[in-house]
Amino acid sequence: MGLILSYIAVQDGKIKRSSLEVLSHCRAQATQFGHQLKAVITHPNAGDFVNTIAEYGPDAVLTVSHAAFDKHRNEPLKAALAQVIETEKPSVVAFASTEAIKDILGALAVKVSAAALPDVSSFELSSSGIKALRPVMASKVLASVTSNSLMTLVSVRSGSYDAKVQPSSPVVQTVDFIWDDSASKAKLVEVKTASGGTVDLSEAEVVVAAGRGIKDGESKAMIEKLAGLLNGAVGASRAVTESGLFPATMQIGQTGKVVSPQLYIAVGISGAIQHVAGMTNSKVIVAINKDPDAPIFQYADYGIVGDLNKIMPAFIAKVEQGG
Amino acid sequence: MPNICVCIKQVPDVTAPVHIRDGVLSQDAERLVLDAYSASAVEEALVITETHGGQVDVVLVGPEKAKETIRKALAMGAEQGFHLLTADESWDSAKYAAILAQFLSNKHYDIISVGKQSQDSDSGLTGSMIAELLGLPYTTNAVGMQWDSSAKAVHVTRQGDTGQEIIHIPSPGLVTCSNDMNDPRIPSLKGIMASKKKIIETMDASLPQLRAQSTQVDGYQPVPPRKAGRKFEGEAEELASQLFDLLRNEAKVI
Repeated sequence: MGLILSYIAVQDGKIKRSSLEVLSHCRAQATQFGHQLKAVITHPNAGDFVNTIAEYGPDAVLTVSHAAFDKHRNEPLKAALAQVIETEKPSVVAFASTEAIKDILGALAVKVSAAALPDVSSFELSSSGIKALRPVMASKVLASVTSNSLMTLVSVRSGSYDAKVQPSSPVVQTVDFIWDDSASKAKLVEVKTASGGTVDLSEAEVVVAAGRGIKDGESKAMIEKLAGLLNGAVGASRAVTESGLFPATMQIGQTGKVVSPQLYIAVGISGAIQHVAGMTNSKVIVAINKDPDAPIFQYADYGIVGDLNKIMPAFIAKVEQGG
Repeated sequence: MPNICVCIKQVPDVTAPVHIRDGVLSQDAERLVLDAYSASAVEEALVITETHGGQVDVVLVGPEKAKETIRKALAMGAEQGFHLLTADESWDSAKYAAILAQFLSNKHYDIISVGKQSQDSDSGLTGSMIAELLGLPYTTNAVGMQWDSSAKAVHVTRQGDTGQEIIHIPSPGLVTCSNDMNDPRIPSLKGIMASKKKIIETMDASLPQLRAQSTQVDGYQPVPPRKAGRKFEGEAEELASQLFDLLRNEAKVI
């Protein structure tokens, strides 16, 4: 019997849904292949999250509590995960593909002599390792990739699986992690938290995204208002994060965040391939653009051709009335 | 005066049409370019050395035809190129990182910079693998870099999950660069002429013992393209009502 280890990420005091999606998929794989499933969490108070994690069916939860995990730093995170991996010797370690994990995945693979399959859209165990699909070439192509290593680290794109509640009574293992901050060479000086919506963009069910057509604070306010009404998050194309109108944390695309909401509303976005790579897995795409030939209409389920400054207020009024 | 080595990559132009036959991806040989993340890393290194002095070198692992990409970086302003020649184009991040780390292990650069991922494979592993192999402090996904000459450290602004993290990486250290940090310069005619006289040292890439294990690509398939849906034109009020109705009653997403 092998072991699958599934990493649980916490952001702003809450477990990231994408971690629970990965944990649920690992539960299914562990059951199918007769493996054991353990979840591992790093946080200053990791024990606080055990009950939530237990809802998703792991056989054990490893808690690594340390003040060093208060803000993301690659050195303590890598050290803690390497310690757990070297003790537990899992055949697969699965992660949600967050910026924190992208920061350490390669280094961790070197440190624990594992193979790494980053940013996959699906994976399955096989008799000799794991097989996965990865979007490549700006998400135009899916690569079938294989690892036949004894140990594979795999990170999964948000929205690839559903988080399924299936409660278990996991054993809780408290991991002693010793970390000396003075040994750390890199220094985190500060974190400038972006002001913005309260809904995490990479996990939102509804995303209202602004592009070049949004030119000033007034039209920006319409985007924020609609996102708020739909309980969604605000996204942006590179054009409007570069101009400074929207913070870089809101950028969607090949270089920014990858989102897969139920509803994606692209407002004044032309649809450059680099942007589309970050949103093409959305369930329903709406595009509002005055240029009937804008490439975004090739991806939109509902394409609204017209002046966003007229259509947005009318649509917002409609949503406010509730129909 | 910081000496900076930028690890660069040649990639197929991702905006060019993609052809897949029997699971094999064919790349248009005419449309190979300097990877956009590599280009941003080169640009940022040049900006640092223009302010503080020092030198920018570039190193590339790839086949003979990748030499033109090294030449492009030299035309942008890098001083010297190193070409680690390989005929094998099926290598993964673990192998690229092992070769680059071996090359860099006996050099003395203050900063090693790498694209945060490459436009073709989007893996984002090579940078942190090199750092771990060389035992260097590092950070990834940089959107800004400043050299602090008194502390001999690079001050990096990194795009993290919750905001921008300001991180100080002492020299020698490694940084992986986002293409959001700058707009890479287009080589001037003068730069292109000067690049022809610059030295590219070519050596065979030999694969050392791997620490991170290798993975294989078994094949490629096109992502089924989204079908364009319906387009609506008309008066704003009418369009807004139609859209609301469709999202509520047809798509059932609001």
